[in-house]
Amino acid sequence: MTKHWLAASAIFLVGATPVFAWEPTKAIEIVVPFSAGGASDQMARTIQGVIQKHNLTSQPIIVVNKPAAGGAEGMLEIQKSPGDPHKLITTSSGIFMTPMATKLPLNWTDYTPVAMMAQDSFVLWVNAKAPYQNAGDLMAAAKKASPPMKVGGTSSKREDNLIVFAMEKAGGTKLAYIPHNSGGQASTQLSGGHVEATTNNPAEDVANWRGGATKPLCVFAEKPMTYTEKVADGKSWADIPTCTSQGLDVTYTMLRGMFMPGKVTKEQQAFYVNMFKKVSETPEWKDYLARSALMPDYRDGEAFVTFLKEDEAKHARLMSEAGFMAK
Amino acid sequence: MDDFASLMAGFQVALSWHNIGFMAIGVVLGIIVGVLPGLGGPNGVAILLPLTFGMDPTSAIILLSSIYWGALFGGAITSILFNIPGEAWSVATTFDGYPMAVQGRAAEALTAAFTASFIGAISGVILITFVAPLVAQFALRFGPAEFFAVFLLTFCSFIGMGRDNRSKILASLCIGFLLAAVGLDSISGDLRMTFGSMELMRGFDFLIVVIGLFGVSEILLTVEEGLVFKGKKAKIDLKVVLRTWAGLPRYWATLLRSSVVGMWMGVTPGGAIAASFMGYGLAKRFSKQGKNFGKGEIEGVLAPETAAHAAGTAALLPMLALGIPGSATAAVLLGGLLVWGLQPGPLLFVEQKDFVWGLIASMYLGNVAGLVIVLATVPLFAAIMRVPFSYVAPVILIICAIGAYTISNSIFDIWLMLLFGVVGYVFKKLDYPLAPLVLALVLGDRAEDAFRQALLGSAGSLNVFWANGLVATLVVLAMLLLLWGPISDMIGAAGRRGRPIEAKAAE
Repeated sequence: MTKHWLAASAIFLVGATPVFAWEPTKAIEIVVPFSAGGASDQMARTIQGVIQKHNLTSQPIIVVNKPAAGGAEGMLEIQKSPGDPHKLITTSSGIFMTPMATKLPLNWTDYTPVAMMAQDSFVLWVNAKAPYQNAGDLMAAAKKASPPMKVGGTSSKREDNLIVFAMEKAGGTKLAYIPHNSGGQASTQLSGGHVEATTNNPAEDVANWRGGATKPLCVFAEKPMTYTEKVADGKSWADIPTCTSQGLDVTYTMLRGMFMPGKVTKEQQAFYVNMFKKVSETPEWKDYLARSALMPDYRDGEAFVTFLKEDEAKHARLMSEAGFMAK
Repeated sequence: MDDFASLMAGFQVALSWHNIGFMAIGVVLGIIVGVLPGLGGPNGVAILLPLTFGMDPTSAIILLSSIYWGALFGGAITSILFNIPGEAWSVATTFDGYPMAVQGRAAEALTAAFTASFIGAISGVILITFVAPLVAQFALRFGPAEFFAVFLLTFCSFIGMGRDNRSKILASLCIGFLLAAVGLDSISGDLRMTFGSMELMRGFDFLIVVIGLFGVSEILLTVEEGLVFKGKKAKIDLKVVLRTWAGLPRYWATLLRSSVVGMWMGVTPGGAIAASFMGYGLAKRFSKQGKNFGKGEIEGVLAPETAAHAAGTAALLPMLALGIPGSATAAVLLGGLLVWGLQPGPLLFVEQKDFVWGLIASMYLGNVAGLVIVLATVPLFAAIMRVPFSYVAPVILIICAIGAYTISNSIFDIWLMLLFGVVGYVFKKLDYPLAPLVLALVLGDRAEDAFRQALLGSAGSLNVFWANGLVATLVVLAMLLLLWGPISDMIGAAGRRGRPIEAKAAE
């Protein structure tokens, strides 16, 4: 009886799953162009866990970190493997910025876009003991500071550096941008009072916020975040006002998505699009988004490509304004 | 003594049968991972991380941290037997460990290394148990200027304490700095000295350079000497463990000094690699047998191993208390904590009491289990030294090549390894020390980053290195260590010049 029921449900499952012309035939490698333990790495490992738990493919998933040269190592790896359907890469805005800042012969149009999984916000953080109540207070203090006020972030000529450049422009003052190797390091330096502020992602600073070492002033986005569950100080992510509302007109968000090497077939691409769509619908993924305060923003196909084109144009403009383009 | 009760409860969690099982599995896997150069602790932990997602977090971290202990123990094995450091922090162990093995004292060196590891690790755990919150707060006082001062201290202790020709040490150090500068410069975001090469973009990975400089060059030297059958006299029985232990209390000063250096470097987080070099450098200067260092002195094995393990263990403290990973492996573990839904940081000790104290208890037990397991393998590993070198050499070379390849799956790295093998051979022939090069390669870019971060913040003023008591103390200490050697040599030389006739008469 049980056996029949199993057989019946197996048939039902096969029937329910759309039939694909292509299935992976060996282990799938997810290349993370950042080091182990960072935000991209956590996303890749969460996806790995979700895929395995829900049996979204019969093949094992391997996460490989290729962090050298600001992620260029991982991107080159994909560039060098056209037509390989068993390789994926996690990406952030670095996919535009790394080639722009280094002049390396890399271009996302040589890859196959699979899916955008989410967007990451940037928040203006200060030490919990700092007297600033909003971005206006901080910028007023920055105008008086000599030597210039220290603002920490991750890497040089990347997202955080762009935001700090935009802050200088919007606030009409000079800031000393201090690049760190990771957001975690920047956050620690902030809680030790070695920098005045950071522009970390929510996930990079949440531990110190909850521990009472740092506090958020505002979010660099057009709208506040949506998570209303209390995080620390009786506040939720949604309670953080936008920087624009505090007189600092700077907005910036970063994509987090998945690409394949170029020259793969439509069927191969469809398999992964379908897999990531399923990942984005699992409760584990939603938990992960909430924990890292990522904006759910799943896109594939044309919607993703349009987004990428607009985002690339925006970054080209920001990078040349800031003088970060390699000559 | 609220904490003490928590620790006892932690022991109960860690002592359950399945957790002890995980501990043993973890230690054995860790030893394997530590022995194979290139695979290394961080990779071993990263590979197994997904397997633990379904497990209860406490068991998962016990398994993963046991791999870490195992890798810390295992790194010493190949360093001593073949002069190939399996891990970056065991480079300093080769300086005296390998000469001991060549003299047929491999078993003694292995026992010393394992026991020193154990002593170092336990002192680190004790530190975590009793002063966690206090030390964690201290680590926050380290800004870029302070970090630079710590690195400066490491470099200076190495130059000032060295007894080799100082200009040769300096030359070797500078080559190391040059190599460290290749690749992406994290402060400007530009590529440096890559000459358009995609392969050089990654920079010179420390392990590839080390495998070449130490392992391959040693094989070249041995081949030149006609494949002498070196390890013939190696004794293989477990009694050697007891004999070695009986001799250890004599070296209490070295063990204590290295433990303190290690704990300090682990917390700050200067890391296990810097700690092992510093422990070795200081022991060389302050030990009565200092001039025998590098020729097979047991203290030269004890000092770096104790320091490396005290640092490796203490490195977990800032991770748990602040969420700063003190080492690469700790960074992977940190990622694991997040995936299990635990948030590292100041609240972990409050919100996840069971987990934290279970982990701390497992550090004690994991190290005891590790020591027993590795000591049991001493005869086995020492026996390898009895196999004629002409059989072993090709195998070592293959392991080296696999190790170099594994680091970033690149054939280019194998050529690089061979190239550095030749460089190492030339260095040894010309009597240039290799250790300063390695030290500068590991810490060079970190020291540079810290230096430039400090200057960015101070708008270019060097006063930042005098700005507070902590950084000023570190800088003064560094200068003292740098000048100690040359000055004491000068005083010695002046003394000799005063009595040339007596000296001649004595001959």
